[in-house]
Amino acid sequence: MELEQKNPLRDFSPQLERTSILGYAWIVFLLGVIGLGFYAFLAQVYEGHEVTGMRDNVVWGVYIVNFIFFMGISYAGALISGTLHLFKTAWRKPIIRMAEFITIIALLIGPCFILLCIGRLDKLHYLVLFGRIQSPITWDVIAISTDIFGCFIFLYLSVLRDLATLRDYELLQLPNWRKKLYRLLALGYTGTPEQQQRLNRATDIMAAMVIAIAIIVYSVLAWIFSVTLQPGWHSTIFGPYFVIAAVYSGSAVLILCMWVFRKIYHLEEYITKKHFVAVGVIMLVLAAFFGYFTFSDYLTKWYGSEKNDELLIQLLFKEFYWPFIISNYIGVLLPLLVVGIAKLRTITNITLTAIVVVIALWLNRYLIVVPTLESPYLPIQDSRAAWLNYSATWVEWSLTAAGVAIFCLLFTLASKFITIVPVTGLIKEEKKEDILV
Amino acid sequence: MNKNQKNSRRQFLKKGLIAGAGVAIGGGLVAAYVDVSAAETGEKVKVLTTDGEIMEVDKGLLKLPRVSIAESHKGIPGRKFVMVIDLGKCKNARKCVEACQKGHHLPQSQEFMKVYLLQDSEKTAPYWFPKPCFHCDNPLCVSVCPVGATYKRTDGIVLIDNERCIGCKFCMTGCPYSTRVFAWKHYPEFDEDKEPYSPEASSPGKEGTVSKCDFCPDLIRIGKIPYCASACPMGVIYFGDVDEDTVTNGTETLQFSKLIHDRAGYRYLETLGTRPCVYYLPPVDRQYEVDRGFGDLEESVKERYKDTPYSKKNKQ
Repeated sequence: MELEQKNPLRDFSPQLERTSILGYAWIVFLLGVIGLGFYAFLAQVYEGHEVTGMRDNVVWGVYIVNFIFFMGISYAGALISGTLHLFKTAWRKPIIRMAEFITIIALLIGPCFILLCIGRLDKLHYLVLFGRIQSPITWDVIAISTDIFGCFIFLYLSVLRDLATLRDYELLQLPNWRKKLYRLLALGYTGTPEQQQRLNRATDIMAAMVIAIAIIVYSVLAWIFSVTLQPGWHSTIFGPYFVIAAVYSGSAVLILCMWVFRKIYHLEEYITKKHFVAVGVIMLVLAAFFGYFTFSDYLTKWYGSEKNDELLIQLLFKEFYWPFIISNYIGVLLPLLVVGIAKLRTITNITLTAIVVVIALWLNRYLIVVPTLESPYLPIQDSRAAWLNYSATWVEWSLTAAGVAIFCLLFTLASKFITIVPVTGLIKEEKKEDILV
Repeated sequence: MNKNQKNSRRQFLKKGLIAGAGVAIGGGLVAAYVDVSAAETGEKVKVLTTDGEIMEVDKGLLKLPRVSIAESHKGIPGRKFVMVIDLGKCKNARKCVEACQKGHHLPQSQEFMKVYLLQDSEKTAPYWFPKPCFHCDNPLCVSVCPVGATYKRTDGIVLIDNERCIGCKFCMTGCPYSTRVFAWKHYPEFDEDKEPYSPEASSPGKEGTVSKCDFCPDLIRIGKIPYCASACPMGVIYFGDVDEDTVTNGTETLQFSKLIHDRAGYRYLETLGTRPCVYYLPPVDRQYEVDRGFGDLEESVKERYKDTPYSKKNKQ
C-alpha cells in the first residue's frame, strides 16, 4: 500500500497543522484589506454608484476589467490542469492542485465584480425570474454557473484521494472536527480497484467537460462586447482572443502560485526548475498566440480603418500609450525572450516575467473596455471631466484590492485545509516515471 | 400659443384620429387621466384612449395619463410614431433640453435630449445636432437586455420599465448613439413627481436604473406632441405618424413622405442597421449662423463644445 511507504504527508503535514505568526499576520492583513473593500462597498450602496469613476459614457470600468481578469485566471485550472490531465503529463502532479484552486477561487471572485457594477442589487433575482435567453448576459449567467459547478466537481474528484489519505494518516495533529470533516468528505473512499477505476473515469470525463465549459464561458464573455456595435468591440476575433488571453493569464498566475508556495512551504523537492520551465513554455506558446491575435485585431482596425476605429487607435496610442506598450508589446515579447533563450530561463526570471504578464493582461482588458467607451460614435461633448475621461476612484481600487485579498485569503485557507501538492500516489508515480528530476 | 398654431395642431389631431374613427368611445382607461377634483374650463379636448379610441374631455380636468406598466408594453393601436429634425433650423436654443428635463423631472446632469455640435469632416460645415432616442426598429438595447426591462412597442416606441431594470447598463453599451442615461444616485428632482411611476412618463426616476427619451407617450395620449417638439422656438422638431404620413412641429403640419423626399431626409448612421425612427433633414438653407448657437449659453454648456474641431479652429 502507498501509505506504508515513506508517507509524503510527513513533509506536508506541518502546513496543515501549524500556522506561523507571520502566517497569522498575513491573514490579518488580508482581512484588513477586505474590510476596506467592504467599507467601500457600503459607501457605494449608501451613496450610489456616483462614488465610482463610472459615468454615462464609460458605464463599465475597473469592475468589469476585474471580472474579465478573474474569469481569465480561472482558466489556469480548467484548461491547463484539464489538458495536462487528459494528456497524462507526468510532471503535472505537484502543480495540478494549485491550478485547480486558482480556478475555483477566481471563479468565485470574478462574478462578484460584475455584481458591483449592477445598479440594483436588490433586483438581482430578476435575472432568473425574468431571464431572456436572447441576452448575452443570460448566456453568461448560465455558462458561469455551469462552470462553477463543473469546476467544483473536478476539484473535488481530484482531492478525494487526498482526503482519504488525510483521514487515514493517524499522526496528523489536528483538532477532531477537522478529522471528522475529512472522514465525511472522503465519502468512504478506500482505494479499492473498483473505486479507483470509477474515480479515474469520472475525472477524465470532468477534465474534458471543464475544458469545453471554460471555452464557452470565455467566449460568451467576449460576445458581451463583440455583439454590440461599439468601435473596437464589434470584432469576430474576440471569442478566441479572450480564450487565449485567459489561458495566458492563467498560466502566469500559476507560475506565481508555484513560486510562492515553493518558498513558504519549502516544496523545493517537489516543485523544481523543470516545472517552471514546463509551465513557462506553455506561457511562451500562449504569449505567441496572444500576440498574434492582438496584432491581427489591431492591424485590421488600423489598416482599413473606419473613422471610429481610427479615433480609437489614436486614443490608444496617445492617452493610453504606456498601458498599450506594456500590455501588447512587453506583455507579449518578454515571455518569448525570457523563456525562449535558455540562458535567461531561471526560476526567478520566469516568475518575474509571470508578474509582468499578469499586469499586462489586466491592462489589456482595461484597454479593451475603457478606450472604446471613451470614443463612441457620437463624440462625447461634456464640460464635466468625469464624463469625458474615466478614472477609477478609491472605491473601485479598494474593492479591486479586496478582490485580490480574498483570492489570497481563500488560497491560504485552502492550503491549510488540504495539501497544496497532491500527496496520494506521489511517491509511487515518482518511482515509476521519475518525474521530478 | 397663437391661433394658427392651435389650428394646425387640431388639423394634426384630426388627421391622426382618422384611424380611430367609427370606434365606440370607451371610458375606462381614460378615467385615469381625468382629475375630477379640478375645475372645468368648458373647452373640450379629444383624447386617445389606450384602446385607440377617441373621447372628449374637458381640458381643465385633464392630467397626463399614467398607464400601468403592463399597459405601457402594448403601444397605442394603429400608430407608428416618427420624428423629423430639421438641422437647417437648429440654433442650439436648448429649449428642447430644458422642457424635456422639466417634463420628466430630470436633474441637470441627465439629458434625454442632447444637442451636439457636429462636423462630419474638416471641410464640411459644422451644424447643431439635437439627438433624442432614435426608437430604432432594430433596437440593440432591447435585444441585449437580460430581464426585458426595455421593450419595443407596436407603435414603434422603445420604453424602459425602471421597476424591472437591474441596472446592468448593457443597453447603454449596446446603444451606438449614447442615448441612455444612468441614475448614478438618487437625484432630488425625482421627488418632485408625486404621481405613480409609469414607463410612459419615465418618471419618477429611480437610482441605479437606466432611462432615456421616451417620445412622451403620455403627451401623445392626450393629443400633444413631445415636450421637445412643442418647446422648440425654431420649430426644428416635427413629430407624427408614419402610417398617417403626417408630422407636425406645432406650427405647421407636413406630409412626412414628401418632406423626407423633397428635403433629402436621412437617418443618422444608417450603416449600423438599427433602423431609427428619427429622420434628419440636412443642414441646408440655414436660418442662423452656427455661432449663434453659442449666444446665450451658460458657461458650463459652452465649455462642452470647446474641444470640437470647429471651436478649436475658431480659436486659432
